[in-house]
Amino acid sequence: MFKGVAEDEIPVEVMEEEERERKGLFRRLRRNLSKARGAVVGGLKSAVYVGVDRRLFDQVEELLIGADVGYDGTIKIVDELERRCDAKRVESREQFQNELAEVIAELLRPEDPEAQRIDVTARPTVILMVGVNGTGKTTTIGKIAWRLRQMGKTPLVVAGDTFRAAAVEQLNEWARRVGCDIVKQAEGGDPAAVVYDGVAAARSRGVDVVLIDTAGRLHTQVNLMRELEKVRRVIQKQLPGAPHETLLVLDATTGQNGLRQAQEFKQSVDVSGIVLTKLDGTAKGGIVVAIHETLGIPIKLIGVGEKLEDLRPFEADAFARAIFGADAGESGST
Amino acid sequence: MFEALSDRLQSVMKTLRGHGKLTASDIDEAMREIRLALLEADVNFKVVREFVAQVKERALGAEVMESLTPAQQVVKIVNEELIALMGSGDSKLAFSGQPPTVILLAGLQGSGKTTACAKLAKLLKRDGKTPVLVAADVYRPAAIDQLETLAERVGVPVYAPGADVDPVDIARGGVALARQRGDVAIIDTAGRLHVDEELMAELVRIRKAVKPHNILLVVDSMTGQDAVNAAEAFRGHVELDGVILTKLDGDARGGAALSVRAVTGKAIKFVSTGEKLDDFDAFHPDRMASRILGMGDVLSLIEKAELALDEKTAVEMEARLRRAEFSFEDFLDQLKQVRKMGSLSSILGMLPGVPGLKDLKNVQLDDRQIDRVEAMVFSMTRQERRHPSIIDGSRRRRIASGSGTSVQDVNQLLRQHREMQKMLKAFSGGRMKGFRLPGVNG
Repeated sequence: MFKGVAEDEIPVEVMEEEERERKGLFRRLRRNLSKARGAVVGGLKSAVYVGVDRRLFDQVEELLIGADVGYDGTIKIVDELERRCDAKRVESREQFQNELAEVIAELLRPEDPEAQRIDVTARPTVILMVGVNGTGKTTTIGKIAWRLRQMGKTPLVVAGDTFRAAAVEQLNEWARRVGCDIVKQAEGGDPAAVVYDGVAAARSRGVDVVLIDTAGRLHTQVNLMRELEKVRRVIQKQLPGAPHETLLVLDATTGQNGLRQAQEFKQSVDVSGIVLTKLDGTAKGGIVVAIHETLGIPIKLIGVGEKLEDLRPFEADAFARAIFGADAGESGST
Repeated sequence: MFEALSDRLQSVMKTLRGHGKLTASDIDEAMREIRLALLEADVNFKVVREFVAQVKERALGAEVMESLTPAQQVVKIVNEELIALMGSGDSKLAFSGQPPTVILLAGLQGSGKTTACAKLAKLLKRDGKTPVLVAADVYRPAAIDQLETLAERVGVPVYAPGADVDPVDIARGGVALARQRGDVAIIDTAGRLHVDEELMAELVRIRKAVKPHNILLVVDSMTGQDAVNAAEAFRGHVELDGVILTKLDGDARGGAALSVRAVTGKAIKFVSTGEKLDDFDAFHPDRMASRILGMGDVLSLIEKAELALDEKTAVEMEARLRRAEFSFEDFLDQLKQVRKMGSLSSILGMLPGVPGLKDLKNVQLDDRQIDRVEAMVFSMTRQERRHPSIIDGSRRRRIASGSGTSVQDVNQLLRQHREMQKMLKAFSGGRMKGFRLPGVNG
């Protein structure tokens, strides 16, 4: 998940757990995504078909649209799938599903696998969390902070949402659960001021990573986007190279508007990565395919629940296979 | 990418010009375009399939085939069918003869329930009711604090015994308090996944305990294809009475609204259109239909403008608009108002397909260019602003150097201004005849 954490800094138990996690990631992801998968694979498996025929392709089209991949993306995937099935003379349903998963994984794989990790080499590393209302920014900060603590790093969270009622209290509670410091000011203040204080505190206290929460805002609100740009400028001026990561938190249930969100936020604050949340529901988050294809923004993390541990690094193959691929054995029954 | 439906159809029809009447395959082509537009608007694909089938039946009938403007007719039919589908229900709340009336809000995480509860309380208070808010979300950190803070802002009592109490007991206690101190109980519940059996069971227990008169599903208007799954599951567990659609101040087309409506059969009662507690209105099916189709939402645009303009300016503005006069001073005023309303591209998106508007798309005033435009207008004299037609070559050069722009920039600005004048002429003379500018009374 992270880049820049020296091996000898991580406690052995954590490393072993990470190993187990890496191995078990696919299994766990499948379990976590089992509901999404159940709907998808159920659809394919219930198809009465003889070999790989037109009807199967039509079903795939529906599944992809239903996954919010969008019309253009769907056509592209289906065309490629047809080409491959032809070339490889695919005949079994299992092979078909694997090809489908592969096509999708290819669209989601970043050119540089390292680009998917969160670089925490800088000290302090500044991570800015942005997104529209209700996507899970604050909860994700809690999760990232928890992970960092597990790895022996010191996080600091900054309550940059000065607008939403009790937003500061919410982040405060997460900080308490994680066991890390928080920088906050009274509600209604200037977010840029809190952020300034936060970054200053990070430097003087020698923390490893600063996680900055911001208020949810619709990309259509010009003045709020300007405010966010200002927050970013404040960070940039304070610390060259910062913010090192600007993560757009995106709800997996979001439809085609997700692409607009990504475009606008990227234009305003140069988003460096996406966190796709709420994948523990039935939504598949297919809009990330279009986002990655069109804007080249890597998907870095996925949220699979409301607990502190429910955060995973995004891996294109595991993700595509977990939702669309065939496996030995049935889809996760949980 | 998100082209308006009317655009799409017009381009299809353009290629068929000279064919005379429409054939069945022309209709098929049109139906394909509609299907595409609806999918791009996030309407669930199953709902789209059914809907298009219905529309096709009508479209193959005489009203389109014998029309001189078949494309327009098709759009009209689609619009009518959408409105019918979205509006054929009651958007009022059920109030009990024996207070308190109990209203329960449920939905996925992050949909906007807590804010909606407070907004609903404010609306009902304005209508003469005495609402009491009930904080039954014991999971989300500080959810109770949030509702308490909002309750204070709205000026209504809130029942919040804390996160250690069972939500079912909180609901009961809240209703009891409402019986004492008010006539409506609005219960905020935790966001929950429809596949979370435990939490869905809890919701059922709450329902059984307090027997709400209104169970409202709160749906984020940006939701994609998954909207039907959640709606179906919630309906299956707790029998919904209506829907609240949130975050409509975004630019999502909102197809989820149609999907949820089609699948639950329940009316959308309210829409949330902003972050302020007043940003809460009754639902207008015709406006939503237009929005989904990408046909523009003029009435909402007017309402937004209403918030930005004060009456005096509005009266003056209306007079000038009617005369299709629009000087650069007005332009400057408008720029200020526009910044308050939202990005220009989203406002342009709200304007309906007035003839000639397509060319206006090239008039893209990028928000970042606004500063340049302002600078140019500031470099104009009063006379020049009021009567741009006098701006000749030497004036243009002066304006350019005064604002740090080029003569080409000034030329472009003047061109855009002329285009706007033309559009306004169409507005005041054509379809918008008889519309009153917001903020003007009597």
